[in-house]
Amino acid sequence: MTTTHTEHKPTQVTGHTRTGGDVVFSIVNYSFFILLAVLCAYPFYYLIINSVSANDLSALGDVRLFPQGFHLSNFEQVFHLQGLPMAAAVSLARTVIGTTATVLASAFLGFMFTQERMWARRFWYRFVVITMYFSAGLIPLFIIMKNLGLTNNFWVYVLPFVVQPFFIVLVKTYVEGMPRELQEAAEVDGASVLRVFFMIYLPNMTPILATVAIFAAVTQWNSFQDTLIYVTDQSLYTLQYLLYMFINQANSLAQAAQNAGGNLGALADAASTQTPTSIRMTVSVLVVLPIIFIYPLFQRFFVKGIMLGAVKG
Amino acid sequence: MSSPVVVTEAVTTTLDHTPDKKGRVRADKPRRKTSFKLFLLISPFLVLSFLFAYYPLYGWVYSLYDYKPALGLSGSEFVGLQWFRLLVSSPTQVDQILQVLTNTLAISFLGLATSILPLLFAVLLNEVKITRFRNAVQTLTTLPNFISWVLVYMIAFSLFSSTGLVNDVLLDSGLITTPIKFLDTDQHVWLSMTLWSIWKGLGWGAIIYLAAISGIDPSLYESAKMDGAGRFQTMRYVTIPQLMPTYLVLLLLSVANLLNNGMEQYYVFQNAFNKEHIQVLDLYVYNIGMTGNSLSMATAIGMLKSLISVALLFSVNAFAKRVRGQSLV
Repeated sequence: MTTTHTEHKPTQVTGHTRTGGDVVFSIVNYSFFILLAVLCAYPFYYLIINSVSANDLSALGDVRLFPQGFHLSNFEQVFHLQGLPMAAAVSLARTVIGTTATVLASAFLGFMFTQERMWARRFWYRFVVITMYFSAGLIPLFIIMKNLGLTNNFWVYVLPFVVQPFFIVLVKTYVEGMPRELQEAAEVDGASVLRVFFMIYLPNMTPILATVAIFAAVTQWNSFQDTLIYVTDQSLYTLQYLLYMFINQANSLAQAAQNAGGNLGALADAASTQTPTSIRMTVSVLVVLPIIFIYPLFQRFFVKGIMLGAVKG
Repeated sequence: MSSPVVVTEAVTTTLDHTPDKKGRVRADKPRRKTSFKLFLLISPFLVLSFLFAYYPLYGWVYSLYDYKPALGLSGSEFVGLQWFRLLVSSPTQVDQILQVLTNTLAISFLGLATSILPLLFAVLLNEVKITRFRNAVQTLTTLPNFISWVLVYMIAFSLFSSTGLVNDVLLDSGLITTPIKFLDTDQHVWLSMTLWSIWKGLGWGAIIYLAAISGIDPSLYESAKMDGAGRFQTMRYVTIPQLMPTYLVLLLLSVANLLNNGMEQYYVFQNAFNKEHIQVLDLYVYNIGMTGNSLSMATAIGMLKSLISVALLFSVNAFAKRVRGQSLV
């Protein structure tokens, strides 16, 4: 965030330049941004207040500005929905495993591609980077995945994401900015390349790896298309996919709602009985909450990521 | 190149750093060995890159067959260029593909036309002097970029479906008597898709310009001020021109991506009502290939799309090289 602050600002408005037009402009400008911020933030707020309001009220669409009949039992109840605990586990697993794999591979390859002694280094570097600019297309990819046995396979969520040219370029650029002497000194002491990587470079790459990690994690968590194309096995559905089904399949959802309510027996009164609306809202909030929490904390990494990308572009 | 020499010596790397011109023949072997060992270390990743980026190109041969998954490639009939001919000769097919191309290009051009908005957003936000306010706006407006299209659709559904918030409010206030169908309609599909893209990407797209603004030479502002330029003139004659190079690079890149709208957004928003106008190329390939089971036809179309996209990228890159003296990629 700090990177985007401008330095020249304070001097620009002081003095005699403040005219009536300026004041009007400022009012319009501030109002415009308040409006934009509300347009971006309110939908999230709307989902959240509906997920914690009485379910009979949220089903009528009466919860608009503040939660009504506040309760948190939805978040416990949705986990009784068939398939949801599994989908949450799959989403979590692919995010953790996929992100770890992407980060380690990007760090390693970014480092290795700076090793000038490597056989045909330039060729292999281009071999990897050029894949950013073409794609065989959805169907050939689907057929190949099928031939490789990766359809209906958890690893389809991880393996295609391991080698990511863009991240490798980011890391390589970063490593090139680190002092070469680090490696030379260690090698004089007899350290192998792997040792140099793990003991010296990896621990000193954390700023760039944090950026890579946060992008990779968001991509993994949000991914929907790969489930749609490569997966029919319900035990491999992700939260995103389940949410999509919940939005479109009102009938099966009502059924699911009944089952979820049944598990709770006496507790189920009108305010806490699951409705299609309450289920959709609650699952949406489950899906979006990690992003909302993580995003402001890591915003500077996101910003750094796009800046580094821009330098390259 | 170097034969797979068995590594017997533990430390060969240090030898590399003592190149001895006379002992070149002796020094060569361990060096080559190290060099190849380094390659071996990354080779598993090269295999992954090959499998998921290069090997699928082989799948293009499916466009020459009448591929039936149950029969496998060897059991499927070889039909040569039949699918490509069908694309230009069968009237229904031609109609369909023209409609899909129209949708694709219309949405892409609306995207190009609105691509200036993030720049304007940045220029205006830069006029906001209260840092906290500016940061808050940035955080809130970039958030939509980090949610999935499924969630965007969920938001669209809860706000704009016939039982959604907007219709509820309009009905309650008596402005309308029957719900407006915002989503289940064939009206303004291109426009509403563009608006959702803007909602999702505007704040994020502005970040790059905000950074570019902070990199503008302050002396430009000082001389503008000395020349008596007001706030608007400074924006008009200093800030915006300074951002133009960045804007043009991004614009050229989106020209290269004219055919690549992606399918996720259109897939989640598609329904029986808007299907005709929402089908962009990527979605069409999915629809006929995965749902319609015309895998070979879908491969043929996808292949043409990929080739045209690469050609576009090359042209745009060559253009940039000539005009800017610097390539894009």
